[in-house]
Amino acid sequence: MADMTAKPNRGYRRWTPFWFLAPAVATLLLIGIYPTLFALITSFRRYNIARPREGFDFIGFDNYASVLTDSTFWASLGTTARFYVSVLPIQVMLGLAIALLLHKTGMGFLKALARVTLVVPLATTYAVVGLIGRLIFNRDFGVANQILNAIGVGGFDWLGSPRGAFTAIAIMDIWQWTPFCALIFLAGLSMVPGEIEEAARLETTSKWALLRYVQLPYLLPGLTALLILRSADVLKLFDMVFVMTRGGPGAATDLVSIYIQRVGFRIFDLGTASAQAILLLVLTILISRLYIRILYREVQ
Amino acid sequence: MRLSSSKLLHALGLTCVIVFSLFPFYWMIAASFKTQNDILASPPVWLFAPTLDNYRQVFSDSKVFGAVGNSLLIASATTALAVLLGAPAAYALARFEFRGKADLWFWFISNRMMSPIVLALPVYLLALQTGLLDTHLVLILVYLTFNLPIVVWICTDQFKSIPPDLEQAARLDGADQFTIFRKIYLPLGAPGIAVSAIFSFIFSWNELLYALVLTRRNVQTAPVVATSFMSGYELPWGKIMATGTVIVLPVTIFALIVSRHMVRGLTMGATK
Repeated sequence: MADMTAKPNRGYRRWTPFWFLAPAVATLLLIGIYPTLFALITSFRRYNIARPREGFDFIGFDNYASVLTDSTFWASLGTTARFYVSVLPIQVMLGLAIALLLHKTGMGFLKALARVTLVVPLATTYAVVGLIGRLIFNRDFGVANQILNAIGVGGFDWLGSPRGAFTAIAIMDIWQWTPFCALIFLAGLSMVPGEIEEAARLETTSKWALLRYVQLPYLLPGLTALLILRSADVLKLFDMVFVMTRGGPGAATDLVSIYIQRVGFRIFDLGTASAQAILLLVLTILISRLYIRILYREVQ
Repeated sequence: MRLSSSKLLHALGLTCVIVFSLFPFYWMIAASFKTQNDILASPPVWLFAPTLDNYRQVFSDSKVFGAVGNSLLIASATTALAVLLGAPAAYALARFEFRGKADLWFWFISNRMMSPIVLALPVYLLALQTGLLDTHLVLILVYLTFNLPIVVWICTDQFKSIPPDLEQAARLDGADQFTIFRKIYLPLGAPGIAVSAIFSFIFSWNELLYALVLTRRNVQTAPVVATSFMSGYELPWGKIMATGTVIVLPVTIFALIVSRHMVRGLTMGATK
């Protein structure tokens, strides 16, 4: 966090901060809170706009009951969790390896170049990442199968098979977000005071010991941030997967945001979708609380 | 010149990092210069005679042109609004203590994490009822839900780094808060404001879900149009990849400008 040493203002009138904040807060109430309340109300109503004849009555907790007993909803949460535990360890390990390469002394130009290119995946429009994935993982003319054939494994139907599709979206996610992990770890590594690192290098030649006993403490806050942020990111992951697989084949890549979008905007059952969205919101709020409790301790 | 094996390994590793980061990007750009036959070649060709046909098609397609225009308008307008509303709020958060400050922070962080589908459902219904569906305005407003927190966060951090003495001195000269904000904080905080504006532009430009759900014919954004080419029997791969390149190139350049701030922007400053 920024320095907290700056003294707050003295002698200002009580209402001064209000005037600076009011426009932003009013806007957030209008575009954030009001729609959220509207979703909450919708979640207690029958609200299928494809079947207006059924009416829009209040039905209490019926939508929630049907969501909580909907095996597809739970399956989509399960797929989301499986996606998280599939990509995150790889992203963390690759990211750490890249950060260590970038932290090592020497190779100035190549390091600077690598550091800059890491930004490219992060900035690439998520939908376009999906388009690129469709091309790379095409069964007939995709480069992924060409590479597999070249090393003698043999290609297969990536996007047409459940396992292949899940792996393909995981690979695209790993491509896009490993740089994020790398940059966070690199920031952590550069926080290690120079004298301490020098002294440790004199004591031991083991890189592992250096990492474990000197650098790791500085990497932990970043790792914690990553674990929490990435969990929220996976819960909201939509664009890339929608473009690449639309959740298929079958339900192989049916992440929770994809499923809710389908219930809301394909089946047009907005009552049920709103109940699902509210549950997702509750989950997100819990994650945010965790993030703040752990990482912004000094603010509170 | 002799290289030790450790140096060689280091160089090799870094080269792998560069290839890893750029390969999908390169593959898209390469495909955008290929003829349909070259793209459909199995196995894929790495050397080919480049063609500009795909770009000719893209730049003469009024749909793509209109979509890029829509994206530009929406991303610029929402960014301008986010800065206009966010910078004063950031000043209050940086320099004043008041009740509810922690709650406001919490609100901003939650917004960073929330799935857009949560708001897309009610905003769709509200837009349907008020006739705002398929207008620029609805996207400009809804994008503020993630842009405003980003702007407020980055600017708060920047304003905190401005020495409070400057403000005290100005107050002794009789300046009121608004003058202080305008004459001291805006000019001295300009770098942070610019960074936050670039972030806000990138996020808005890249967004797909809201744009997909809240627009129809009139205000389709560039990612929506690029995605829409992905249907039908024989996909125009070259054109799709050329459109993708046109979409990604401007934001990549922006991202390179703010690359030093990338981590702070994406973590809401939890790590430095």
